[in-house]
Formats: sequence, C-alpha cells, structure tokens
Amino acid sequence: MEAPGDDGEAAARRPELTEQPASDAALVQRCRAGDDAAWRELVDRFSRYVYAIAVQGFRLPQQDAEDVFQEVFTRVYERLGSLRDDEAVRPWIAQLTRRLCIDRLRAGSHESDADIDALPEMPAEDLLEALEEAFDVHDAMNDLPENCRQILDRFFARDESYRTIGDQLGLPAGTIASRISRCLDKLRDAFEGEGRNLPPAPSGGQVT
Amino acid sequence: MSAYDHEQLARLIGMLPPAPEAWVHAAQELPSARRGLDQLVARAEADAAFRAQVLADLEQALEAEGVEPQPRVVDELRRLLADQ
Repeated sequence: MEAPGDDGEAAARRPELTEQPASDAALVQRCRAGDDAAWRELVDRFSRYVYAIAVQGFRLPQQDAEDVFQEVFTRVYERLGSLRDDEAVRPWIAQLTRRLCIDRLRAGSHESDADIDALPEMPAEDLLEALEEAFDVHDAMNDLPENCRQILDRFFARDESYRTIGDQLGLPAGTIASRISRCLDKLRDAFEGEGRNLPPAPSGGQVT
Repeated sequence: MSAYDHEQLARLIGMLPPAPEAWVHAAQELPSARRGLDQLVARAEADAAFRAQVLADLEQALEAEGVEPQPRVVDELRRLLADQ
C-alpha cells in the first residue's frame, strides 16, 4: 500500500538534497576563481543541453557530437573570463554549441564531396526553442523533492522501467505510475508558479 | 487553465536525456588535465631529457602527473610538445 504524499518527504528533511543550486552567475564566478567543484557543477548543469542541441537539434552522429561536446566545454573553460554577463552563460553556451555544430556539418559536407555550395540542413527553430523550454522544465525539477526529481528523470529522460525505478529507489513498482502523476502535478506547480516558463533571451554574453 | 499538461511536461523532460557519462567526466576533468599538461610542458621546456622521456610515452607521462590519458588530452600534449 502506498503511503500518501510521501514523494520525498524523507529526502526533503536531508539538507543536502534540498539545497538550491547556485545561480548561473554565481557558478560562473566560482569557476572563474578556479573552483574545480564549481566547474564540475557547470558541466553537469549544461551537459544535457549541449548534448541535445548537437544530437537532437543538429542530428550529429555520436562521434561528431562528442567532438562538439568537448570543444564546447573547452572553449567555455578557456573563455569564461571574457564573458561579459555572467547570467548570460546559458545563451552563450547555446550559441557556441550551435556554431560548432554548423561548422561540423559544413566540414562534413565538404569532405563528402557533395555540392560544396549546399548548406547543411539546419534544425527547425521550433525544435531549438523546445530544447530551451525543456531546459527550463529540468531547472524547475530542482524545486521538487529528491524522489520526485529522480522518478521523473528516470522514467522520462532515462527511459527506465517501473521495475528498475522501484528497485533503485526502494519503492514498490506498482506505485510508480501514481507517483509519476503526483510528481508531474508538483512540477507543473513549480514550473508555472515561478513564471519560469518563458524562453530565455536569444542572445546574451560574448558570442564566439 | 494550466498551460502545461502531463503529456507536455513528460515530453519536455524526455527531450534532455543525460549525455554519455564518459563525455561528462572528460569535460569535468578539464581543469586538472590542463594543470597537468601545463606542468609537463613547463618541465619539458626546461629539461630536454625529460622532454624525450615524455615524448617516448605520452600516456605514462600523463598518468605520472595524475592526469587521465584520454585521447584528446594525449593529442593536446603531443601538439604542445611539438610547438616547443
């Protein structure tokens, strides 16, 4: 029998699981000061975003996507000091990723001996906008209890089964569906309640 | 009326699956890899015998410096030493 309203209450009592993540600007400042832990957090925060732009947005094959992924974070690391607006790190990373994906596609089309004047196929703008929205939703998930965050991420983003989720989180598999529904309600409240469902400005800090 | 129903939220969550762990790990290790490379290159600049030793086995030199010899890091070390 599933206990009502127990999606993460125990987790919520543990301070390490409820601590709010640093703002983008605070994270950038810590990175610039040489804080390796902050850098790891920054990579963690934006890794899905960069990956999705490369693989879903531009449909790069895995090897090309990996090269772009590493190049994006190398450039971010090297050029963080010249970012004009620390809050604009996200649009900066998005633009950098898009540019490197385009470079990669153009290089590929030249190598393939195809019509070198033909531009590679660009992703639909609404897909890139949807990725921005998806980032905001994931950001809102940080406001949820740990169990909710885990359940939603494992089921929808990692494609894990009820059984796997139940085993990993120590929950009866038969309760996962109802927990998902409740967690989605909480997510909707968190997402809409804070007015975060607006896409970020399309451009910001340094463009490279 | 809410702008987001469960189906929309589920679709948006699913649009950002995790990047491969190895990619994330490599990017997270960038600062320590850079420090290790800088130290190796500085020593190689000052010591020709050490430079030859590093060139003879780039992976081992990186490991001795506490840096994971990932292919990109090995390539970067090779490039930096060639530039000297």
